[in-house]
Amino acid sequence: MSKEKGRLATHKRRMQYLLSTPYVLWSIGFIVLPLIMIVYYGMTSRNGDGFTLENLKLIWAPTNRSTLVLSIQLSVISTLLCLLIAYPLALALRALRLKSNGFVILLFMLPMWMNFLLRTIAWQNILEKNGVINMFLGAVGLPKLNIINTPAAIVLGMVYDFLPFMIIPIYNVLSKISDDVIQAASDLGANYIQILFRVIIPLSKPGIVSGLTMVFVPSLTTFVISDILGGGKVLLIGKVIEQKFKMANDWNAGCGLSLVLMVFIFICMAIVQKYDKDAEGTGVW
Amino acid sequence: MVKRIIQKGYIGLVIVFLYAPILVLAVLSFNSSKSRAKWGGFTLKWYQKMLENDKILNALWTTLLLALASALLAALLGTLAAVAINRMKKLPKAVMMSITNIPLLNSEIVTGISLMLLYFAVSFSLGFTSVLLALTAAHMPYVILSVLPKLRQTSKSTYEAALDLGAPPLAAFFRIVLPDIFPGVLSGFMLAFTLALDDFVITHFTKNARVNTLSTVIYAETRRGIEPEIYALSTVMFTAVLVLLIAVNRTKAKAAKKAAERQR
Amino acid sequence: MRGMKKWLLMAALIGAVTLFCGCKREYANGEVVVFNWGEYIDEAVIKMFEEEYDIEVVYDEFTENEDMYPIINIGEVNYDVVCPSDYMISRMIQENLLAELNYDNIPNIKNIDPEYLKSAEDFDPGNKYAVPYCWGTVGILYNKTMVDGEITSWSSIFDEKYSQNILMIDSVRDGMGIALKYLGYSMNTAEKSQLEEAKQLLIKQRPLVQGYFVDEVRNKMIGEEAALGVIYSGEAIYTQRENANLVYVVPEEGSNVWIDGWVIPKNAKNKENAEKWINFMCREDIALMNFEEITYSTPNKAARELIEDEAIRNSTIAFPPEETLNRCEAFRYLGTAVEELYMEMWNEMKATKN
Repeated sequence: MSKEKGRLATHKRRMQYLLSTPYVLWSIGFIVLPLIMIVYYGMTSRNGDGFTLENLKLIWAPTNRSTLVLSIQLSVISTLLCLLIAYPLALALRALRLKSNGFVILLFMLPMWMNFLLRTIAWQNILEKNGVINMFLGAVGLPKLNIINTPAAIVLGMVYDFLPFMIIPIYNVLSKISDDVIQAASDLGANYIQILFRVIIPLSKPGIVSGLTMVFVPSLTTFVISDILGGGKVLLIGKVIEQKFKMANDWNAGCGLSLVLMVFIFICMAIVQKYDKDAEGTGVW
Repeated sequence: MVKRIIQKGYIGLVIVFLYAPILVLAVLSFNSSKSRAKWGGFTLKWYQKMLENDKILNALWTTLLLALASALLAALLGTLAAVAINRMKKLPKAVMMSITNIPLLNSEIVTGISLMLLYFAVSFSLGFTSVLLALTAAHMPYVILSVLPKLRQTSKSTYEAALDLGAPPLAAFFRIVLPDIFPGVLSGFMLAFTLALDDFVITHFTKNARVNTLSTVIYAETRRGIEPEIYALSTVMFTAVLVLLIAVNRTKAKAAKKAAERQR
Repeated sequence: MRGMKKWLLMAALIGAVTLFCGCKREYANGEVVVFNWGEYIDEAVIKMFEEEYDIEVVYDEFTENEDMYPIINIGEVNYDVVCPSDYMISRMIQENLLAELNYDNIPNIKNIDPEYLKSAEDFDPGNKYAVPYCWGTVGILYNKTMVDGEITSWSSIFDEKYSQNILMIDSVRDGMGIALKYLGYSMNTAEKSQLEEAKQLLIKQRPLVQGYFVDEVRNKMIGEEAALGVIYSGEAIYTQRENANLVYVVPEEGSNVWIDGWVIPKNAKNKENAEKWINFMCREDIALMNFEEITYSTPNKAARELIEDEAIRNSTIAFPPEETLNRCEAFRYLGTAVEELYMEMWNEMKATKN
């Protein structure tokens, strides 16, 4: 018997090496090495003077600081809006009790198969002064809506573009919660609100956390949306980084700013993580 | 009853929100004016021109091929990686998870440029393969993150019991573990496919002159105005996928109904 | 598991369809790898070149000079012939990225108006590296039903009368350049105080502006979203075709004149083929085809004479008179430090809350 166990243990260890090696090698090649390059560029000076923290300090330049604050504001608002829209939606979808999750996932992922830029451009047609919405409002004699080229339009664009990233993980988790659990709570005399806040929401935390991350990160670093829907009147940190790379061709500064942003996101996610006990021991997520 | 109506109405509302711009694109594909801002009358000419446009059709093939291949690769490697990570001890697990998260936290331009620098450093020539690998690397974490929770829900003991009963490990994996985690693999694959389909920045920095995807074509065109053929192509693609989706769902529903009737 | 099979089947199907690729024909004289702006050529021209020279054209496109630059700079991909703008050409020359042209292979250079070759010397002294392809000005496009009288000056885009009706250009050098020109300075100034003044002017303008755009000005003006917009002259003919109320003007204070030209990167693998390509682009019938397709002004004198539509041949938009051009200035590459100063000023303006 103990011999058997020993064999199983060796087998398990061998399996573990066999399984782990490819991914460890892959992540060294495609994640760690590129990251080292970013760190290297971010912490060296452009004119070859060696180590410097100047690129990281750039984030404290007044323009960059206010840009960062604004970017955080807008992305937090959009992330929360996405959550507010997606959670009831996922609940409603769960109530439909569909046989296949695949259909729901596809239904909400399909719009993203159309090019992102084309869809954002199409929003202009809808929101513009002479756009679709105002045509309708005008036809029924209502005052025109002036939302294009304002921060509100940027938030709308972000919510539109990243909403599916919130819907899918939350729906995935919610559809797994067994009816028995809810039935049990209700048998114990809990009303719907209590069930929602005491049972359903706590159980769906992993989905909420991954949804929050998947919306917050891209909306913090985007710039296309603000260029097209915000009329370029709002400068976002993603744009500043892009300019450093493209216009200034200053990769050191670009990498430095990216590094700061990355650390910031890591910290944010670590905080969110604290509320998600389920993912314990799985690193930052 | 009222609750159900409200629920369905809400779902409908969100769907309208998500699909409205796509409807706009479809309308534009029938617009005889090249400008999106002016309705010049109904036409089908862009559909005809689209079929004659080698550049767009080539880009379409490249896009589909890249997205599909990178998503399959990501799903395959990502599942393997998730299984490996799931079996790790606490510390290596935490380290690997943190590493896995990095690509998700980088802005795309950083990912793109750092990969280009890497290819340059090891003098790997840019082309289809370099884009494929870059996209796989960028999107694999999504697969890992959607497979891991499923693995955590799967009990280890069933798999080990199968091994105890003398099943070869691979067979045990395919028969016992994979069916359990498959929904996670599928949504990871879908996510990777979707992101690859739409990627511009990473492709832009890791491609050569011969590789062009729909995104790179569209971005290059923004400066002088997007060719309406692109709207036509989008509409065709979208309709095709939608029809396929509904058809698959219909047959599934029918099969389920039949099965239910038989049971009775 | 059944669901999975279906998915795999579908994936395999799409894969099979995708793999289907046409057989390529063989070309006797090798290839030429071209890197041009998006939608900046009549695509029939590419096929004609392939037929006539038996050279395969690998054609790739970029959106902005700044998108193209790092790719050429790193040199991982070998392009044979590229079409950057003036200031970028001057930068690439300074950074030793370009190869000298062999004019023996480009006899059609005779078709190019010497006037433009002379202006190209601003950024390419001696015309050693670049052959002009297209050129144009930056100006105001306005809707004559939405403004009072005729617009002749940059002052109108700083005028409160048109608050929320102005589309400003979203480009650092163009945007700062306009402000500088309006203030009477050079668009290539490196004086910090002048730049500061320009920035203050742009900050005052900011609340009046509906938005900052590059590509979308065209569509928004056609759709009558605004009364005035800053735009490149090449878009003027197209936008007027779509909306007859639109008028293009180069303001009296002067403006930017730009030239895009063909250059050959140092690491080009098919230099001779690239020169054949440039020569082909300079042929009058080819230049004419390109002009008619993209409506950006051609420096090709012989091609201009072939334009049938008299209104366009004599159009002062497509071919502004000398006195207009004398008011205009081309951008030069100002070196990293100054270029960054421009960007800083522009970003400070953008980040202002007012």
